[in-house]
Amino acid sequence: MQTVKIVVTGPFNAGKTEFIRSVSEIDVVSTERRISTEPEKIKETTTVAMDFGRITVDEDLVLYLFGTPGQKRFDFMWEILSEGMLGFVVLVDSTRPETFREARSILETFRAYAPTPYVVAANKQDNRDAWDIDDMRLALRLDPKVKLLTCVATNKEKVKSVLLELLYGILAEMEEGRS
Amino acid sequence: MALKGNLRDFTISQLLNLINLARKTGTLVVEGPGEIARVFFREGKLSYAAIEQEDNSLAAVLQRTNRITNSQYRLIKEKASRMSDKELGLVLINAGYVSQDDILVSLQQYFLAVVRRLFTWGEGFFRFDQGELSMNGKITVRIDLENLIIEGSRQLRELEKLQEEIPTIDMALKFTDRPGTNLRNINLSVQEWRVVSFVNPKNSMRQIARATKMNELEIRRVIYGLLQAGLVEIIRPAGVVPPAPGRMFPTQNKEEQKSLINRLIERIRSL
Repeated sequence: MQTVKIVVTGPFNAGKTEFIRSVSEIDVVSTERRISTEPEKIKETTTVAMDFGRITVDEDLVLYLFGTPGQKRFDFMWEILSEGMLGFVVLVDSTRPETFREARSILETFRAYAPTPYVVAANKQDNRDAWDIDDMRLALRLDPKVKLLTCVATNKEKVKSVLLELLYGILAEMEEGRS
Repeated sequence: MALKGNLRDFTISQLLNLINLARKTGTLVVEGPGEIARVFFREGKLSYAAIEQEDNSLAAVLQRTNRITNSQYRLIKEKASRMSDKELGLVLINAGYVSQDDILVSLQQYFLAVVRRLFTWGEGFFRFDQGELSMNGKITVRIDLENLIIEGSRQLRELEKLQEEIPTIDMALKFTDRPGTNLRNINLSVQEWRVVSFVNPKNSMRQIARATKMNELEIRRVIYGLLQAGLVEIIRPAGVVPPAPGRMFPTQNKEEQKSLINRLIERIRSL
């Protein structure tokens, strides 16, 4: 059995667990803990080590989806999780500009770990407080060549299209002979 | 869609940068500590600015910049309070009290002072209402934002925030290919010019810091300003072998790797 992995990263409460849950064929294996600090109490629990989802491609190949913990104090896990990844998705909450700086920081950190392809997904685009995708590109200082995609992590079709765009990017880089 | 948030998390210089790069037209409303500012932009340039709690009339601006006297100001307020700024401006020019330049320079100074005041607001809700401006007889100007952005960025002093903005200084810089930005029109400090002279995909930020004898805080602060003004972008240093990404594929055969990606694509499409 061959296995490959894609990492889903992003700031706290960006929707990483929901993203993986939407396409995983198994119940997402989550290492969640009840949140103890006041500023982060916008949700009840958070991922502390990783989320883990699986998509069986055929009898010889399995894709694993790893979600990183969003809280900065667990960032020691990021490098471990990024080891050997095909590529990564940076998920950003479009309604919380206060997380954009951290999203940029996470993106730069992952770019430094490995020169693998990546896409950025602007989550919660169904919310009326969501920032426009063009404004987000500027706020996140993304190069025009970087794929910034609209996303709703609870919507399977949207999640599929984000993963497909990442895979198209990986294929394109292979065609260009970069990986 | 919404463009709103809190200055605590998204600074004025970041907002100006966004408005500048997207060449936005609209009104930025910022609710600060006891004051509300309205700043108008047309195609990414500062057009007008006012603090709601202040007298923002042309007469008040001219009096503050000493173009008219206090008694002239009081007289205008008594006799011409119903005149729009444009009408009053014409009357004052025709009467020889001030020149058109006096008016434009005074207004520019005042608008810039309003924006500079926003840099000192650590907190405050903001929203940007996009769309054509209804200026109701106000006199507007066109001020490039790059210098204001650089000024605002210089005020970010905390290492922790700068480390979030630039997590590693082992990456390199290159100039952006943005049309319309001319480095000569931007007021860079000596320190900033020294860094600019080393911007090259071959030089990492760490090497630039060494060459310019800056510590990590200083180099991050300068580069943050250049990034905010959209002058440079971060790239992987040219000629440096990137860290090995680990074993991404279970096979080393390129054709098998492509086949594997195609199988993944087919599978995800079918979900």
